[in-house]
Amino acid sequence: MGKSSESDELRMDCVTRFIGTLNQARALGLSAVEASKNRLILCLPYSDLIIGNPDTGVIHGGAITTLMDTASGSVILCALDDFELCPTLDLRVDYMRPAEPHKPVYARAEAYKITRNIIFTRCQAYQDGGETIANCVGTFMRIGAEASPKAYRDLISGKTK
Amino acid sequence: MTDLEIIRYTRESGDFSRMLESIPYAGWIGVTCERFGDDLIFRLPAKEQNLGNPILPAIHGGVIGGFMEISAAIYLMMSQESMRMPRIVDFSLDYLRAGLNRESYAECRLTRQGNRVANVIITAWQKSRSEPIAIARAHFLLED
Repeated sequence: MGKSSESDELRMDCVTRFIGTLNQARALGLSAVEASKNRLILCLPYSDLIIGNPDTGVIHGGAITTLMDTASGSVILCALDDFELCPTLDLRVDYMRPAEPHKPVYARAEAYKITRNIIFTRCQAYQDGGETIANCVGTFMRIGAEASPKAYRDLISGKTK
Repeated sequence: MTDLEIIRYTRESGDFSRMLESIPYAGWIGVTCERFGDDLIFRLPAKEQNLGNPILPAIHGGVIGGFMEISAAIYLMMSQESMRMPRIVDFSLDYLRAGLNRESYAECRLTRQGNRVANVIITAWQKSRSEPIAIARAHFLLED
């Protein structure tokens, strides 16, 4: 922790470019905080737009699901040498407690097993100094690099401006 | 209107607009709901902001999840006597097809209701009910 290698910077750039192409991730203001081999942390800023219960100001579980889906899908970029777009097969989300209002939520994702066809991920949503808000496990399908256009792959890997 | 009044109004009128307006996130992704007899059909309009994969393009999986969560919570509240929103405990979501940039629908079924926990199954589709884009199961806590 704390030490950031050159390859981790490349991973951060790659993830930042990738989530920049996802409208919903942009609309939520998701950003990459930390990236390393097989690991990634994303941040979801607090916003009035995504509140689930106006009486408490607690954000809706759906926004947490999107944060964790995005973190779990993007950690794949930190796990594979070449960019592959991998659709989500399934997600299982356990909600431990509501997120505290007016504070960002973070998602720490890990790609813990990579096979020829499937990538297995786990992810934890939490806040500064707080307990776990939600846990999530996911599986993603590897449909191959060629399944997405080369121009898009080059954009994400930073080969084009 | 207080929450209680909104719930009562929605039950009596079948007009879900006020209830959905009271949930900012639901309005933000664009969820609406209509009642047909006892059945509820939830609707998520095509919306650029909800997209994930820009290549297809396809709706972000998290938005589909959020849409199904909202649907299940409202469905559950309408199907029981409770006057408050049930709290979600867990959510298990299988993505079966890409959700394209077009209108999506969801319907729910109460699988089991205990004293404290309810199990709901949610199906989401676009072109045809027989070709769901996602199915999900959720557990809700009915009391504190």
